[in-house]
Amino acid sequence: MRDVFIAGIGQVPVGEHWETSLRHLGAKAILGAMEDAGVDRLDGLYVGNMLSGPLNQQEHLGALLADFVGQRGIEALKVEAACGSGAAALRVGYAMIVSGLAEIVGVVGLEKMTESRGPETTAALAMAADGDYEADHGVTFVALNALLMNRYMVEHEVSHADFAGFAVVAHANGVNNPNAMFRRPITAEQFVRSGVVASPIGMLDASPIGDGAAAVILASRDVARALKTSRPPVRIAASAFATDALAIHDRSDLLFLDAAARSSHKAYEQAGIRPNDLDLFELHDAFSIMAALSLEACGFAPRGGGVRLAQDGTIALDGRLPISTMGGLKARGHPVGATGVYQVVEIVQQLRGDAGRNQLPNPLWGMAQNIGGSGASIITHILQAPE
Amino acid sequence: MELSRHWRLQNQRYRLVGEVCDTCGVKIFPPRDICPECSKPAQELYTFSGRGEVYSFSTVYNAPAGYEEYAPYTVALVKLVEGPVLTAQLTDLGETEPEIGMPVEMVTRQLRTEGDQGMIVYGYKFRPALAAAV
Repeated sequence: MRDVFIAGIGQVPVGEHWETSLRHLGAKAILGAMEDAGVDRLDGLYVGNMLSGPLNQQEHLGALLADFVGQRGIEALKVEAACGSGAAALRVGYAMIVSGLAEIVGVVGLEKMTESRGPETTAALAMAADGDYEADHGVTFVALNALLMNRYMVEHEVSHADFAGFAVVAHANGVNNPNAMFRRPITAEQFVRSGVVASPIGMLDASPIGDGAAAVILASRDVARALKTSRPPVRIAASAFATDALAIHDRSDLLFLDAAARSSHKAYEQAGIRPNDLDLFELHDAFSIMAALSLEACGFAPRGGGVRLAQDGTIALDGRLPISTMGGLKARGHPVGATGVYQVVEIVQQLRGDAGRNQLPNPLWGMAQNIGGSGASIITHILQAPE
Repeated sequence: MELSRHWRLQNQRYRLVGEVCDTCGVKIFPPRDICPECSKPAQELYTFSGRGEVYSFSTVYNAPAGYEEYAPYTVALVKLVEGPVLTAQLTDLGETEPEIGMPVEMVTRQLRTEGDQGMIVYGYKFRPALAAAV
């Protein structure tokens, strides 16, 4: 297999972009990444997006965006795996380079969620669940995570307040990220007191929806080396994708993210590293319960122990395994189909030494894990710092 | 409207008809014709008793479009006595606080209405098991 490098990154701040259309959000991120990489021509463009049909009345994003970034004529398509769409698009772009079908491609994660009424957005997001057997019963995406969290709290005898650390750390890290939606710290007390969305999940357990776009340029080793840019290319050391039952009631074990375990362990093997070698982990903290379950499935904590890592300092910037280093889904924001690419862009910032006040000291390995639905599609990428 | 979609689901929504795997014997809901345990064909129909217990639950305050008029309502994972777990709303709770492990039984209720001119969608919900029925 050929090596694949990230040659450029681009992103727009997550927020309510009322003045900017879906296509222009995506174009800004792609053109930013192309400029960063010093390229003006792509072989292909892969667009991670979940809801442009129901929320923006626009599909066929591949051709649209290729045209609006000056690349009319190239191969281009949309990739959908619910909230995992961004990393799924990255995996398709990765496969194009690994296989030799392309030498340089763009990958963009893109979502525009603030143009519709809240209940319509909530209903659209529920399409990630089983339509006939979950969504038709009035189950929201928040409620699915609430069902997981309630069971977790009873089975492992932990309280809602025990999860506060995930949100507190994410918000602390979001303060210094100019692309984050929330740039203010929160306290554990605020976490506990926040209004209930779907019991036991409160407002501060949940990541905010928003508009956003993030992009990377992928290239083969030879092409990456020849680019006219001062940016050192970052190698994608592993790319792995696994699935589980779509409906949470069909999981063989409700409180274990089997697809996270499968994809992370495949990724460790591919990269030739162990979990303890990682210097940072951008996990999918769409809800605090998801952060705890991811840490357990990826080998950082025993079952029921994920929530402890939110309490003992492990996940802070100066801890043993920093997570959500630029704010995570919780504070940077969760424009669903864009999230997986933001995670990777942020790891590239860390590995290049460009993470500003949140810069970790000389990180070598970073892992990004993007989750579609409540764990049915889980994509893990491991990046290696430039030599 | 999705008339045919709701019509197709009538045996599941009104009678909890699933399947049983004739290779490994596992009971399956909803029907999928392939056993999720052994991946062998499983097409023999099986009607569930509708009895089970609450495996987890959540009260929803921010409802999706189409369900706003019902909020707040309580959704649950119900583990049927035959094995499978399904997702449904709890109903007829009265003063009862739901809890994990609470015995429940299936009833047919309105899931939602689609406006004055639209469909009324019925399906299963679960209520606290009545003493006489236990």
